[in-house]
Amino acid sequence: MADNNKEGLFSKSNIKLITNPFNDDNPVTVQVLGICSALAVTVQMKNAFVMALSVTAVVAFGNVIVSLLRNLIPSRIRIIVQLVVAAALVILVDQVLKAYAYDISKQLSVFVGLIITNCILMGRFEAFALGNKPWPSFLDGLGNGLGYGIILMVVAFFRELFGSGKLFGIEILGNSVEKTGLYATGYVNNGFMLLAPMALVMVGIVIWVQRGINKKLIEKK
Amino acid sequence: MFEYINIFLKSVFIDNMIFAYFLGMCSFLAVSKKVSTAIGLGIAVIFVQVITVPLNYLIYHYVLGAGALAWLDPSFAELDLSFLTFILFIASVATMVQLVEMIVEKFAPSLYNSLGIFLPLIAVNCAILGGSLFMQQRVDGGTYSSLGHVVTFGFASGFGWLIAIVALAAIREKMEYSNVLAPLRGLGITFILTGLMAIGFMSFGGIDINALNKKPQEKVVTPAPAVVEAPVVDSVQVAVDSVKVDSTQTVK
Repeated sequence: MADNNKEGLFSKSNIKLITNPFNDDNPVTVQVLGICSALAVTVQMKNAFVMALSVTAVVAFGNVIVSLLRNLIPSRIRIIVQLVVAAALVILVDQVLKAYAYDISKQLSVFVGLIITNCILMGRFEAFALGNKPWPSFLDGLGNGLGYGIILMVVAFFRELFGSGKLFGIEILGNSVEKTGLYATGYVNNGFMLLAPMALVMVGIVIWVQRGINKKLIEKK
Repeated sequence: MFEYINIFLKSVFIDNMIFAYFLGMCSFLAVSKKVSTAIGLGIAVIFVQVITVPLNYLIYHYVLGAGALAWLDPSFAELDLSFLTFILFIASVATMVQLVEMIVEKFAPSLYNSLGIFLPLIAVNCAILGGSLFMQQRVDGGTYSSLGHVVTFGFASGFGWLIAIVALAAIREKMEYSNVLAPLRGLGITFILTGLMAIGFMSFGGIDINALNKKPQEKVVTPAPAVVEAPVVDSVQVAVDSVKVDSTQTVK
């Protein structure tokens, strides 16, 4: 542990904590954590973006708090302690969203509350924060939150673009009612992309592409 | 009676926890490799759901909601503690899971041995907290108005979860023998399978629950809500709700 103190704040191993979750150790596609909310909020990029930010904030700061408390928590009740830390942070996020982004908070409905039981939180608290110092825990939380955010944004990008022809609510492909832009040529939106099943299929395809590129993630038979 | 059947059918098939809301996906994907373990986890979810949803309803109704504390003292009628819902709901879920685990261990050791490993897992299953949060939302919206409704919803949502996980486990057992593309093997194909199952479940959106009603003369042919003209669905909630409306139309 003494060596860790001499390490710079952004040493190689610390940087790896942030970059690993983007690909090799992605929370959604490799660790299979936090799927519930990843699928439900990806109809629009705006919602996905807010959700990704909220989760990143909660994981990063939750990791710090759990890491600071790690020597004080009796291991028998650690799950409840972790849940309480998560719930307190989620209440903060929820109140902030209600105050500054009321529309989005209404649209996310129960899924803000469900950040508490987002498996990414419990997974990272349990696997990382309980055994590491606050600063690496913070970076680990940040990295995992961003890794989760990337998958969310990719899925939301395709769902919003093909489902409603928009990105972040801005009409990219023209107006479907007035038949401008691409719609003038007879293009129609694929409304199916907005429905629940396509989220699952999209994540499946993302996993397919990622494992096609990164061969070492392929599961053994 | 009709309203209970209505809530049951709607929660099991149309508002299925997994296929419509993706709740409890983590354990759904992790524990669906064998049918027997899937049944064990499913039963544990029903068990906990039937206990925690009504319990949280009572907490919400008598402590947290706007003006809910008025029974204690009229001066509390202005109080609205609903910002505390998350922390109290998750606390009650975690304690109930712990309590249920101890009670089952003491009085039904054989059940404990078959459920044992899954019970602690359930505290962090999104479907449990999600069930309570949907209950709160629908109580606010006026859909559920009594303890009976809430108990029915708790049982039905757990039952829908059980159906989903057992079905997926059965398919995955057969999948062992098929030759899946290497990058899709395991997780990827499971996602796509779940998506296909969800498309199948969308067809339940066409169930005409009113047809079960014994008063056919009251059945008014309402034109389907005009969601189709505006496929840009603004909210997750609306998106999820309109799925059922949309699907009935597209299926027909």
